[in-house]
Amino acid sequence: MATLINVPAKVKRGEVIEIKTLISHPMESGYRVGTNGKVIPRDIIRRFVCTYNGEEIFHAELSPAIAANPFIAFFTVATETGSIEFKWTGDNGFAASERASITVE
Amino acid sequence: MSSPFLPPCETRATGPSRRQFLAGTAGIGLVAGLPVGSVSATTMMLEEAIRGVVGEAALHQGRVTLDVPPLVENGNAVPLTVTVDSPMSEADHVKAIHVFNEKNPQPYVIGVVLGPRAGKASISTRMKLADAQRVVGIAEMSDGSFWSGEAHVIVTIAACVEDLN
Repeated sequence: MATLINVPAKVKRGEVIEIKTLISHPMESGYRVGTNGKVIPRDIIRRFVCTYNGEEIFHAELSPAIAANPFIAFFTVATETGSIEFKWTGDNGFAASERASITVE
Repeated sequence: MSSPFLPPCETRATGPSRRQFLAGTAGIGLVAGLPVGSVSATTMMLEEAIRGVVGEAALHQGRVTLDVPPLVENGNAVPLTVTVDSPMSEADHVKAIHVFNEKNPQPYVIGVVLGPRAGKASISTRMKLADAQRVVGIAEMSDGSFWSGEAHVIVTIAACVEDLN
C-alpha cells in the first residue's frame, strides 16, 4: 500500500512540528450503487494510530465521510531522537504501517 | 378526415403519447429518487450524534475554528482544518476533536484523540460532502467542558450518492 509521510528530518528540542500522512485507499462508502444496480459494499480505513518511540501521540477514528486516499495532518512536540510509527487498520482486514525517523538536536 | 390543425398525437396510432411518456418518466424519477432521499442524515441525526459525544454536559459556542472553503465544486474531497484555541499544557489541553456533518448518509466525519504532547490542537483532512450543508466541530477539553464551532459549505457536485453508470 502506497503511503506518503512528511516528517521534518531535523528539528530543535521542544519544537512543535506538523506531521502529514497520506495513504492510497478507495474509502468506498457503502452508499454508492454500481453499474449492476447493487450497492458497492463498504471498504474503509477505520482507525489511524501514530506512536512516537512507542508512545501513542495521536489516533483518529475515520468514517465513510473521509475522502478516498485519506490525508491526515496533525501536530506534535519533538521530544527526542527516534522513530515515529504510523498504523492504519480497516475493513476486510486492511492493515498498513509506515515508519519515519526524526533527529532532535 | 384528419385535419392538419389537430395535435399530432391524436393521429398517431402506435407508440406512447407525449403525455403518457412524461407520466412514465416522472414515475421512474420518483422511484429512483427514494433511496437517495432516505439515506440522508437529518439535522436530528446530527443533534443525536453530538449528544452521543457530549452527553449531558453543556455545549459552549466558540474556541473551535473550522477552516473549510465556503464553496466547493467537488464534494468528493473537501479540505478541512479544525483548530481549537487551547494552550495545550498539562493542566489545560484538548482531549478530543469530533467533526460531524448534517446531510451525508451518516453524521460522523472524524474523531481524533489528542494530548498535551500535540503542542497545537489542529488537525487537517479531506472529507466527502453529499450536499451543501453545515459542518460542526466539537472539542473536548481536559476540564471536561465541550466547545463547538461550525461552518457552512456549498457543494456543487455531491459525493456519496452518485451512481457509477
